[in-house]
Amino acid sequence: MVYSYYPGCTLKTKAKDLDKYARECAKVLGFELEEIENWQCCGGVYPLGSDEIASKLSSVRALNEAKTKGQDLVTVCSACHHVIKRTNDDMKNVEDIRTRANNYMEFKEPYAGETTVLHYLEVLRDKVGFDVLKEKVVNPLNGRKIGAYYGCLLLRPSKIVQFDDPENPSIIEDFIKALGGTPVIYPYRNECCGGYISLKEKEMSGRMVDRIMDSASGFGAEELITACPLCMYNLNKSESANKLPVHYFTEILAEALGVKEV
Amino acid sequence: MSSVSNAEMTNKIREISGSNPQKCMKCGKCSASCPSFNEMDIKPHQFVSYVNDGNVEALMASKSLGKCLSCFACVERCPRDVKPGKLVDAARQMLIRQQGQAMLTPEEIPEMVDEAMPQQLLMSAFRRYSR
Repeated sequence: MVYSYYPGCTLKTKAKDLDKYARECAKVLGFELEEIENWQCCGGVYPLGSDEIASKLSSVRALNEAKTKGQDLVTVCSACHHVIKRTNDDMKNVEDIRTRANNYMEFKEPYAGETTVLHYLEVLRDKVGFDVLKEKVVNPLNGRKIGAYYGCLLLRPSKIVQFDDPENPSIIEDFIKALGGTPVIYPYRNECCGGYISLKEKEMSGRMVDRIMDSASGFGAEELITACPLCMYNLNKSESANKLPVHYFTEILAEALGVKEV
Repeated sequence: MSSVSNAEMTNKIREISGSNPQKCMKCGKCSASCPSFNEMDIKPHQFVSYVNDGNVEALMASKSLGKCLSCFACVERCPRDVKPGKLVDAARQMLIRQQGQAMLTPEEIPEMVDEAMPQQLLMSAFRRYSR
């Protein structure tokens, strides 16, 4: 199976481990990520204003590119997943945005939300299957106590992103189990890390990530995993005495599949 | 502050947000869910009432505009689909679309950057805080 792949700005720079291991593990799992040509940054946050068109066009271009190739579009970064899925929903369901975006783009054929957008974790769950993933594991994680940090962008708004139950998600826990780890469920796993506030108000995001660390370690987690480079950055700034190491989900996947040296 | 009437501004905020604040039943779930609640002068549930009362100028002067994290907890949990976060963002848009009102300028960036900072953070902040 070949998927169109949208890496996004940060996976080419600060989050290379998210990108590299996603690609290498895909090969082991029997699918391929084909990077779309000339992709442009999604903008990091979904433009909420109903009259904002220009800021959605980079997503529309990527979506249309995947449509032309007849492929589903895969993202690994939580933010790209969020922005592109929501823009796709607009193109499918919001006539005003669809019309104006298409007037601007002038594709050969108007784009109307035909592409399916999948997060890499959704590919693992819904296409590969966690049972098949489990069979491919060569270095099981030996019961390591791992807390899934979902944050905001993977889950909400659930009606649109349709990723998992927004209040009681299980996809990353099932992923951890498939790799032989022990998932630790803790209350703050779907609470915000502060997101972009950490640029201007470091104390505020600091308090937020400290609460996340305290919550996770209090429930017995010994490490956290995330799919978001900004969550990773913010969590690593925690000054809590309970601060835990944070990894990208692709890193533990690569360890379990023998792609990454342990 | 502007020659535009409050009624026009109220219409504009409803248009940009695509939200109908009159559906609000004042349950307070948005404020109870908001991770920035303590930082806000006008709380998410109050934000909805301000729009209903046509008091948009007060919203545009509110420090809450810079505190919303776009985490969508209020949007997810609103039982009436009012989506308070979209109202906050619409008020923020109305402010920063005015000349000289950007909440973040490129000149401020060098002091804020560190080695580990992901591009995603700069992109997201500029999208939210400036035109």
